[in-house]
Amino acid sequence: MFFVLVVVVVTQAPGWPEFKAYFFDWDKYKESFPEIARAFWLNVKIFCIAEAIILVTALGLAILRSLPGPVFFPVRALAIVYTDLFRGIPTILVILMLGQGMPALGLSWVPDDQVFWAVVALVLVYTAYVSEVYRAGIESVHPSQDAAARSLGLTHGQSLRYVVVPQAVRRVVPPLLNDFIGLQKDTALVSVLGVVEALRQTQINEAAAFNGTYYLVAATLFVAVTIPLARLTDWLVARDRRRRLAGAMA
Amino acid sequence: MSALEIEGLHKSFGRLEVLRGIDLALAEHEVVCLIGASGSGKSTLLRCVNLLEPIDAGRIAVGGEEITTRDVDVNEVRRSIGIVFQAFNLFPHMSVLENVTLAPRKALGLGRSAAEAEADALLDRFGLADKRDDYPDRLSGGQQQRVAIVRALAMRPQLMLLDEVTSALDPELVAEVLELIRELAAGGMTMLIATHEMSFARDIAHRVCFLDAGVILEQGPPEQIFSAPAEPRTRQFLQRIVEAGRL
Repeated sequence: MFFVLVVVVVTQAPGWPEFKAYFFDWDKYKESFPEIARAFWLNVKIFCIAEAIILVTALGLAILRSLPGPVFFPVRALAIVYTDLFRGIPTILVILMLGQGMPALGLSWVPDDQVFWAVVALVLVYTAYVSEVYRAGIESVHPSQDAAARSLGLTHGQSLRYVVVPQAVRRVVPPLLNDFIGLQKDTALVSVLGVVEALRQTQINEAAAFNGTYYLVAATLFVAVTIPLARLTDWLVARDRRRRLAGAMA
Repeated sequence: MSALEIEGLHKSFGRLEVLRGIDLALAEHEVVCLIGASGSGKSTLLRCVNLLEPIDAGRIAVGGEEITTRDVDVNEVRRSIGIVFQAFNLFPHMSVLENVTLAPRKALGLGRSAAEAEADALLDRFGLADKRDDYPDRLSGGQQQRVAIVRALAMRPQLMLLDEVTSALDPELVAEVLELIRELAAGGMTMLIATHEMSFARDIAHRVCFLDAGVILEQGPPEQIFSAPAEPRTRQFLQRIVEAGRL
């Protein structure tokens, strides 16, 4: 209903013919698609590498923050400072600072590849976000589960590894995926470093032809990746539920 | 030598002193039931013996070895003491077999096939063989609690602590769990049992301890405690149980 209303309002607008010519040029869409798709491949690579690293570092950070007792207070405090800092700074600033700052140091052992620093920036920022998701999951597992594991003689680490974390991760799959869709989209921010990924390529095309259809191409590519990701989560959640309740009809 | 020896045990939560000097010793193969109102300290006492709660004062020894010294390895101690909780606390993401074999494999270092053979033998003995691949959510409360007991037994404990293991069960499921505990008692397992099932306690216990406000107010053979209690508080407690139709 709302969608129909939007369509009607937009197509009746006085600027619609120009708007249509600017955004919906089918020939330009077809012609530019391969080029932008090639650039988008870099987004996919950045996303995949960053995600694989974040899954591990964020869990590590969440576990550090859940360590009990006064002995680990400094560790917990550091983890909190880290999380506050990297959730507080806009992602685009972290990318700019690392991407422009680190190569400028001129140290021979510091990589000067901007894609490398873009990945580092995204890992730093998203580790902070995702560790909070993990932490919420860990805290949602009832303490009696840990007590049961410890009472059997398992160590704190074993209890985390075999009992608490597996349950926590299952519970946070949907919000985890939500953050990864965010990460997928934020790979476009890497364009501020001049790296030719999907958005940068689109901007180059747009500037040359003064046509916005290229934005539409980039949008199509991003959506084509994020929607299957969302369906995959739904499926994972449903499968886990089915398995645990298999046949429990009585 | 006592299987379990508790001396002058004190435990507080904040300002609330839950255990105020507990002295208790269990001989090997002895079954002792702890009775008393909710909040009298039964659960806390069991959790202290399993070192799930740090104690404030006193000492506890299992099989003659003190477990409340500073340098004791708590994981080592817990491997030899089985505890079963009111709420079962099975691991919901693991099958029955995985629940039972986890600790023998990871804490005792048993191989998978050895641990599974032993688990199968236990499940078979307690009529749970056909449930080995099910997840806990599929089982009835009684079955879940029996699995929890088997999980503790798989560690071959020298002492079992049962914390109101039938309190969360529907009445018709209580019997199967009590039957299993009777079998353990008949097999000579040393057990310390907190329970509200008075007729069960009268049946199975060699000795009954009445806990009141953090101390063992009265103890003795079940016939004596249930028919001729010496303390007015014990009489009052049992009177209420009788009125509630639980004895």
